[in-house]
Amino acid sequence: MIKLIINGLEANAEEGWTILETAKFYGLEIPTLCYNEGLSTYGGCRLCLVEIGEGSKAKLVSSCTYPAEDGLVVRTDTKRVIETRRMMIELMLSIAPNSKTIQDLASKFGVKQVRFKIRNEECILCGLCVRMCAEQMDGRAIGFQNRGHKRKISTPFDIKSEVCRLCGGCMYICPVCQLRCQGPQADTAVCNACLTMDPTCLDYYDDLQCWMYDAGRCGTCVREEPEKSDRKEQSTKQ
Amino acid sequence: MEAQEIKIKSYITKYNNEKKALISILQDIQEEYNYLPQEALKIVSETLDIPLIDIVGVATFYRAFSLEPRGKHLITVCTGTACHVRGGPKILEKFEDMLNIKAGNTTPDAQFTLETVACLGCCAIGPVVVVDTNYYAQTTIRNVDSILKRHRKEEKENEAN
Ligand code: SF4
Ligand code: SF4
Ligand code: FES
Ligand code: FES
Repeated sequence: MIKLIINGLEANAEEGWTILETAKFYGLEIPTLCYNEGLSTYGGCRLCLVEIGEGSKAKLVSSCTYPAEDGLVVRTDTKRVIETRRMMIELMLSIAPNSKTIQDLASKFGVKQVRFKIRNEECILCGLCVRMCAEQMDGRAIGFQNRGHKRKISTPFDIKSEVCRLCGGCMYICPVCQLRCQGPQADTAVCNACLTMDPTCLDYYDDLQCWMYDAGRCGTCVREEPEKSDRKEQSTKQ
Repeated sequence: MEAQEIKIKSYITKYNNEKKALISILQDIQEEYNYLPQEALKIVSETLDIPLIDIVGVATFYRAFSLEPRGKHLITVCTGTACHVRGGPKILEKFEDMLNIKAGNTTPDAQFTLETVACLGCCAIGPVVVVDTNYYAQTTIRNVDSILKRHRKEEKENEAN
C-alpha cells in the first residue's frame, strides 16, 4: 500500500496506480483529454496536470502518467495548476476551435479568450486514435509521422491503409472529428454558450440518448430530471 | 523485384532479424537506394514483424531518411542561428535560383537534392554548406556557382572513367 497526500488528505494507493487513478478513487476530479480508461496512457494533452512537491521544488506533472509514490504531496487545484490548465485549453482551442469537446472544456474551466493565432486544424495530436486502432481494434493502420511542427497522424505513405478495416474506432474516439457546438457566437474562437446554460448539460447525460445531438445538446432534459427539480422546489420553498 | 527483395532481406539477416536493428537496416537501405522505397519498407515490416506504420513513423522522424527519391548529390545549407546571421538564407536562395527548385526538393534530372539544416555544430566556420561529405566553410553567394560546377564536373569525370 502506497501512502500519499492529495490536497491535504491522506490517501492510499495500490501498487501501480497513477496519481490520476488514486485521485479518482477518492472522488477527486481531475480533467483529462488524452486519457481513456481502455487505452494505455500517453500524457500528451497536459490537461490532467497536478502540482507535486513543496516550496521551490514544487512542479507540475501529468497525473495520468505519474505513478503514485510513497510520501508524495499532490495538489490538484492550485492557482498554478488552474492557470496552466487554462493555457493548455486555450492552446488547443487555437488549434481546433471546431471541437465540441474542447469548447466544452473551455466553458467548464472559464477560458474566455484565445490569444493565439487560430489554426483551424483537424487534429490536436492527442494520440487517442492511434492507441484506439492499435490497442482496441487490433489495427495498427494509423500512427504519428514526422516530428516538430510537421508532426501528424496518418497512414503509411498517406494512402489507404492495407490493414485498416474501416471500423471507425479512430473517428469515434477523436475529440476533434465532431460537429461544432452551435453557440450564439458560433464563428468566434470561444463560444462559451454552455457557460450561460443552467445547468450545463454536458456532465449529466449520455450522448447516445440525446436526440438533440446534432443541434448541440440543449440541456432541457437535465432540467426535467426529477431529483433536480425536487431540489429546486425545496430551495424555493425555503 | 525478386532481386531487390533478396537484397533487402540480406540487410535484415545481417542484423540477425533483430527488431532493435531497425534503424541500422533503414540506414543500409537508404544508402543503397538513396531513399527508402515503399516496397522495401513493406518487406522490412513483414520480415521483422513490425507494423508498417511504426516503420514509417521512424523513417519520417529522422531527417537522414527520405521516403522520396533523392538526387545523386545532397546539398545541405545551414540556416541555423549563427549561419543565419552570416547570410545562410541568402546562400540558400542562390542555390534555389541556380537549381531552380525550392529547398526540400530534387532537380528533375535527379542530380541534386537541396535541403536545409538547423546547425551542424560548426558555427565558427559559417555559413556552412555541405555537399554529400564535403564541407564548405564561410561560403558566399559567389561560391555557389563554383560549388555546383565542381560537383557537376566530378560527375562527368566519373562517367568518363
Ligand atoms: S477505422 Fe482503420 S484506422 Fe480507424 S481504428 Fe479502425 S482500423 Fe484503425
Ligand atoms: S486525429 Fe483526433 S484522436 Fe487522433 S490524435 Fe488527432 S485529435 Fe487525437
Ligand atoms: S490526460 Fe494526462 S496528459 Fe492528457
Ligand atoms: S548555425 Fe550553421 S553550423 Fe551552427
